[in-house]
Amino acid sequence: MSDALLSIEGLSKEFPGVRALDGVDFELRAGEVHAIFGENGAGKSTLISIIAGAQAQDRGTIRMHGEELRFSSVSDARRQGISAVFQEFSLAPHLTVEENLCLGEERLHQRFGLLQLSAMSRHASALLRRLNFEIDPHRVVATLSRAEQQMVEIAKALRAKLSVLILDEPTASLTEKESEQLFSTVRSLKQQGVGIIYITHRIQEIKRLADRVTVLRDGKNIGVVDAATTTEAKLIEMMAGRAVEKIYPTIAANPGRNILQLSQMRGSADVDVDHFVARGGEVVGVAGLVGCGKSELLRMAFGIEPMKSGVVKLDGQTIKKPTPRRMLDAGVFYLPPDRREEGLMLSASTADNISLNALTQQPIHFRSGFLSLSAERTVTRDIGRRVDIHPSNLPRATALLSGGNQQKVLFGRGLTRTIKLYIFDEPTVGVDVGTRSAIYYLIKELCEKGAAVILISSDLPEILHMSHRVYLMRSGRIAADIDRSRLTEAAVLQHFF
Amino acid sequence: MSSIDPEINSGSARRFSPSDWIMKIFLHWGVMPFLLVIAVIIFSLMSSRFLTADNLINLFRQSVYLVLVSLGQMLALISGGFDLSVGTIVAVASVVSALSMGALTLSFPDAMWLVITLGCLAGLGAAMLIGLVNGAGVAMFGVSPFIMTLGMQSIGFGIALFLTAGVPVSNLPDALGDVFGFGVVLGIPVPILMMVLILALMYVLLNYSAWGRHLYAVGSNPKAALLSGIRVKPVLVSAYVLCAFIAGVSGLLLTARTASGDANLGGSMALESIAACVIGGVSLRGGIGRLENVVLGAIFIGLVQNGMNLAQIGSYLQIVVLGVLLIIAVVFDRIRQKRLYRL
Repeated sequence: MSDALLSIEGLSKEFPGVRALDGVDFELRAGEVHAIFGENGAGKSTLISIIAGAQAQDRGTIRMHGEELRFSSVSDARRQGISAVFQEFSLAPHLTVEENLCLGEERLHQRFGLLQLSAMSRHASALLRRLNFEIDPHRVVATLSRAEQQMVEIAKALRAKLSVLILDEPTASLTEKESEQLFSTVRSLKQQGVGIIYITHRIQEIKRLADRVTVLRDGKNIGVVDAATTTEAKLIEMMAGRAVEKIYPTIAANPGRNILQLSQMRGSADVDVDHFVARGGEVVGVAGLVGCGKSELLRMAFGIEPMKSGVVKLDGQTIKKPTPRRMLDAGVFYLPPDRREEGLMLSASTADNISLNALTQQPIHFRSGFLSLSAERTVTRDIGRRVDIHPSNLPRATALLSGGNQQKVLFGRGLTRTIKLYIFDEPTVGVDVGTRSAIYYLIKELCEKGAAVILISSDLPEILHMSHRVYLMRSGRIAADIDRSRLTEAAVLQHFF
Repeated sequence: MSSIDPEINSGSARRFSPSDWIMKIFLHWGVMPFLLVIAVIIFSLMSSRFLTADNLINLFRQSVYLVLVSLGQMLALISGGFDLSVGTIVAVASVVSALSMGALTLSFPDAMWLVITLGCLAGLGAAMLIGLVNGAGVAMFGVSPFIMTLGMQSIGFGIALFLTAGVPVSNLPDALGDVFGFGVVLGIPVPILMMVLILALMYVLLNYSAWGRHLYAVGSNPKAALLSGIRVKPVLVSAYVLCAFIAGVSGLLLTARTASGDANLGGSMALESIAACVIGGVSLRGGIGRLENVVLGAIFIGLVQNGMNLAQIGSYLQIVVLGVLLIIAVVFDRIRQKRLYRL
């Protein structure tokens, strides 16, 4: 067991202003699932992109079976038996499964240089059969489910002889059933002697799949531990560099009147919820697996997702046909889960991003109909101070800010107006532990001042530590409503599946 | 819209270094300062008349029409689309105003200013109607701006040709040309005054109104704008209508200058205005663009055409040069965007 398939020593990589990897050692054995665990920005993605040949290291060596490797490209690494499945797929969506499986390695007729379609088709079918993937090779990739696309991606990675497979957050957007399918694939590859590097945020998956775990923090290897015997608290502590209790504040529960009341909510996105309440002065967690409808329910209420039927009441007032504008005017703020996609104007300045939803409001908006740029400067500077964004960052383009600071900008946007209800959808995705804790303290402040807070999250520790009450969703319905006295990990998990 | 500091030096080199300065200027202003310097040097070497006061005033007066159309184009670009029909809008405004003035002169032969006013309103109305259709197609039906405005370009051009049977409409009231074509007030040509007026209005609208900021937001990230309570569709529609209005004003001024309503006016305006915007640093991805730079971009194109005329470069070759400039500007814009925003 001791002889390594892949052994990495002293790997370092620097980007302008950031040391992404700092002398990292790593070892992978044949037939092992080795998890890499760490915060975003800890260096996980840099590490795997170097192993996969997408980037070159500044220092350090990579050996496979004791032989030193240097890759010039991803396809070079693939030829040497290392393949990666990244979160962003490398599939051409409008081509069929078999066309994708042969992409870049098309078989050509020797004399005419034309495609040998039947040979390619046979090759693709054989590949899928070998992996026990039940996917019709003639289907167009865009019509496949996310999990099926991932299976095609894995099959593509396995079309050459493979010794190392890298999976980057493979379950991030899979349903629970789809994840099971993936896990059994991983197990069968493991039996064939493939070494698997598995990147995930989810401790449950590490417990189920992994043999060993390497924890990264700030570009350094913090330690390698045995997956089966290491406790969850220990892993989080290694990842965050501080004890769990220091990350999460204690939020005083002071539930007041009903702020948001949803009833008979039905949407095209398979949501079917009869009753949902959020009160002032409490944090309501909404938990569940990806695809359970937890985000869709509140996006419907905010007027982003289509709503077939349902009643949205805010402070006792029914809001007919919610739109983001109406909801904001009524005092609801929604923080989207993907800040680059739905949150930020990346090319605009930080100050412009903060003030975006307050341009039609006092004091930035004069009664004359024009903007007061000086009032705007004051507002954004004050908010910058509250969410801890340095004044020198205010005129800079948000694209240049770190993920944590970008998230603070979005939180800042929620402080420009009078808000009764905050809906935070995955508020700590992709931020470092310092920002994460700062965000939690901000949530505490807002809640204790009397606002209602809804916290939608796939991060179970976050839900358990922050919520006064938790709605658990499963397949678009509320499976349980658990209050703090009964709130334990076991109680929550029992309703997950 | 507060401007964005490029912040390129990460504290390493504090000493004066020419390449750093060039990079800083490039990141802040785009490629235009460099093109401008190169063009001025080349043309003053090729023709001694180029750098004379007369020629420069002439250059400004000639640039008015393109400056206005580019201003409209900028609105469409900031919103995240573009408008290929600006040339057609110029033509339609010209033809419709000229035809209305002709018809109205028969009914009210003595009320010349009434005829001119109504004629201009008719031209502007027709222009804004095209803008409204463009905006509705893009915002309500999700047609890509490329197809929508390309289609409208063909429709508008066809209608303008149909209305005039391809023959320019003449016999316009003399006062139109005397005032809006060649008039001078306080020593400044009236077309330039009109341009300055519109520039001032647009500057306030873009920088000191919620509408302007919302336009930038919609172009920058429409989803973020929607979640921030901005009514995205009305903003888009109004951008195209305003674009058409400004192009329409340009069409009226050209009609006054040429004393005819001509369906062939503005034929090269779409290309030239997009070139002026891109050279002036407006992003083709939307959300970025500053009025003062676009004005300079349009004047730069006028300058190149003026310089090539003086240097006796034929008009066919001028078209080639314009295309080359457009592509160079886009290439440098891509490089700049990458450096600035790491997109």
